[in-house]
Amino acid sequence: MLPRSQIVLLISLITAGIISASSSRIDDYILDVILGIGINIILAVSLNLINGFTGQFSLGHAGFMAVGAYAAGTLTTGPGKVWFDASGASPALLFPFVLFAGGLTAAVVGLAVGAPSLRLKGDYLAIVTLGFGEIIKVILQNIEWLGGSRGMVGIPSYTSFFWCFGAAAVTIYAAWALVNSTLGRGFLAVADDEIAAEAMGLNTTRYKIIAFVTGAFFAGIAGGLYAHLKGYISPAGFDFNKSIEIVVMVILGGMGRHVGVVIAVVLLTVLSEKLRDFGDKRMIVYSALLILLMLTRPQGLFTWKPARKAITG
Amino acid sequence: MIEFLQQLINGISLGAIYALIALGYTMVYGVLRFINFAHSDVFMLGAFVGYYAVKKLGVPVGGLAGGLLVLCLAMSICAIVGILIERLAYRPLRSRPTLSVLITAIGVSLLLQNLGQSVFGANPKAFPRLFPETNLHLGQLSITSNQLLVIAVSLVLLAGLHFIVHRTKTGTAMRALSFNATASSLVGINNDRIISFTFGLGSALAGAGGILYAMNYPSIDPLMGTMPGLKAFVAAVLGGVGSLPGAALGGLLIGLIETFVAGTGWSTYRDAVAFAILILILLLRPAGLLGKSRSDKV
Repeated sequence: MLPRSQIVLLISLITAGIISASSSRIDDYILDVILGIGINIILAVSLNLINGFTGQFSLGHAGFMAVGAYAAGTLTTGPGKVWFDASGASPALLFPFVLFAGGLTAAVVGLAVGAPSLRLKGDYLAIVTLGFGEIIKVILQNIEWLGGSRGMVGIPSYTSFFWCFGAAAVTIYAAWALVNSTLGRGFLAVADDEIAAEAMGLNTTRYKIIAFVTGAFFAGIAGGLYAHLKGYISPAGFDFNKSIEIVVMVILGGMGRHVGVVIAVVLLTVLSEKLRDFGDKRMIVYSALLILLMLTRPQGLFTWKPARKAITG
Repeated sequence: MIEFLQQLINGISLGAIYALIALGYTMVYGVLRFINFAHSDVFMLGAFVGYYAVKKLGVPVGGLAGGLLVLCLAMSICAIVGILIERLAYRPLRSRPTLSVLITAIGVSLLLQNLGQSVFGANPKAFPRLFPETNLHLGQLSITSNQLLVIAVSLVLLAGLHFIVHRTKTGTAMRALSFNATASSLVGINNDRIISFTFGLGSALAGAGGILYAMNYPSIDPLMGTMPGLKAFVAAVLGGVGSLPGAALGGLLIGLIETFVAGTGWSTYRDAVAFAILILILLLRPAGLLGKSRSDKV
C-alpha cells in the first residue's frame, strides 16, 4: 500500500492526463493562462523551499528559469537538435528528458552561484543572486548561437497540460516530501536559528546548498516548460521583475507553506492578467503590495496557524 | 604607457563615484546590519533632481556656482528622501527579522523605480551640462574637466565624511551605535536619531554620486541606478562591509578593474566582471580587504 501522499500524487497525475486529453476544447487564451499558473506554481513552490523553509533569501529565481529555458531550448531548437533528431524517438517521449536536462543545468549553475555565498551568514545570498540574475542576462545576450539579445525563436510547443501540471504536482510532492524528511528538519532548523542549528552539530552550509540547488533545479524545469509553451525566449524576459513576481507570490502565500503559496500563485497570475492593460502601473501595485504586506502581515495573507518549526513546544 | 595612464584616470573618476555610493551601503550596514536595496534608487533620484533643477527650476548652469548649487540641491533632497524611507518603511520593522526588512527594502527600491518610470517617463533623458567643460592636454594625455571635477568633489566629500565620523559628537555616536546598539542606547545615545542621520548622510552621498555619474554619462533613466548600485555594493563587500576606508578603496578598485577590462576588448562583459569579483571575494576573504571578520556571540 502506497503512503497517502504518493496516492495524492498519482491521482493528480492521472487527473492532469485526463484533462490534458480534452484540453483542445478549452479556449486558447484561457489554456495559456492556466498553463502559466502551472509554471508559476513550480517556480513559487521551489522558491519557497529556499526562502520559506530554509530562511534564505534568493532573488535570482528568474535567472535559473532562464538557464533551464535556454538549456531545454538548445536541445529542441538550437545546436542540440542534431542529437534530438538523431535519437529517432518521438518528441513527446523525449520532452521529459529535455526538461530534466534543463533542470540539471540550472542546478549545476545554482551550485556554482550558491556554494560561495551560502557558506556565509547574512544577506550575501540576496545580493549574489540579484547580481546573478543581471549577469546571466548579459551573458545570454552575448552568446550568438543562443540568439543573442534577439532571443531564441521557433521553439516547438511541446508543453501540454499534462506536462505542465504533472511537473507542478511532482514539484509540490518533492517539496512536501523533502520538508518532511530528515533533510527538511535541517532546513527548518536553519530557518529557526542558524547558530543554534550549528551548535547542535548540523552542517548548515550543506542544508542551505541542498535547498538552494533543489530550488534551482525546479526553476530550470519551469524554464523548459515556459520555453516550449511560448515558443520564444529572450534574455530580457527573465529580468529582475520576474524574480520579484515569484518572491511576492511566496510572501503573499506565506513563507514556508505549500497551500497558501499555491492559492497566492493562482490569485496573482489571474490578477496580473487582468492588470495587463495598466502596463507599468502593475509593478507599482506589486511593489506597494510588498511593502504593505511586510508592514502589516509578514506571515502572509493565507496563514492562520503559526509557521512550522523544527521543534515544537 | 599613455594608454595605461589614460585608462588609469578614467578608472579613478569612475571609481570615485562607486566609492561615494558604496559608502552609503557600508554606513547603513554598519548601524542596521542590512543591505539597503533602495540606495541605488536614491542615487538615480539624485540625477533626476539635477535634471529637473536645471530644466524646470531654471537654475543657471555653466558656471561653477550654478553647478555646485545643483549638487547641493540633489544632496539635500536625497538626504530627505533617505530619512523618509527609513522613517516610514524600515523603522516599524526594527524588531523584526532582517529578512522582513530586506524584503521591504526591495519593495521600496521597486516602488521608486516604477514611480520614477511613470513620473519621469521611461525614456532616457539627456542630462544638461552643469559645469564649463574643457579638455586638458598633458602631452598626449587628454583629461576632461568633468573627470577632474568628479575626483575633486569626491575627495572633498570623503574628507567631509571623515571629519563628521571621526571629529564630531554625532560621528562618535554613529561609531558607538555600529559597535554595539544596546550599549550605545545605555550611555544616552538616541539610536533612532543617529540612524536617521546615517541614512541622511548616506543618501546625500548617493545623490552627489548620481549627479557626478550623470555628468560623465549624460543619459539618465529611472533604471539607471541598478548596475552602478550593484557594483558599488560589490565595492563595499570588497573593501569590507562596515568599513568606511574599505568602501572608498573598494570603489576605486572596482572602477579601475572595470575600466581596464572594458579597454581590453572584453567590453561586453564589463558588467559581469564585478560579479566575478564578488564571488571571488566571498570565496577567498569574506570579511573584505579592510574589514574585520567577526564571530557571532550568543
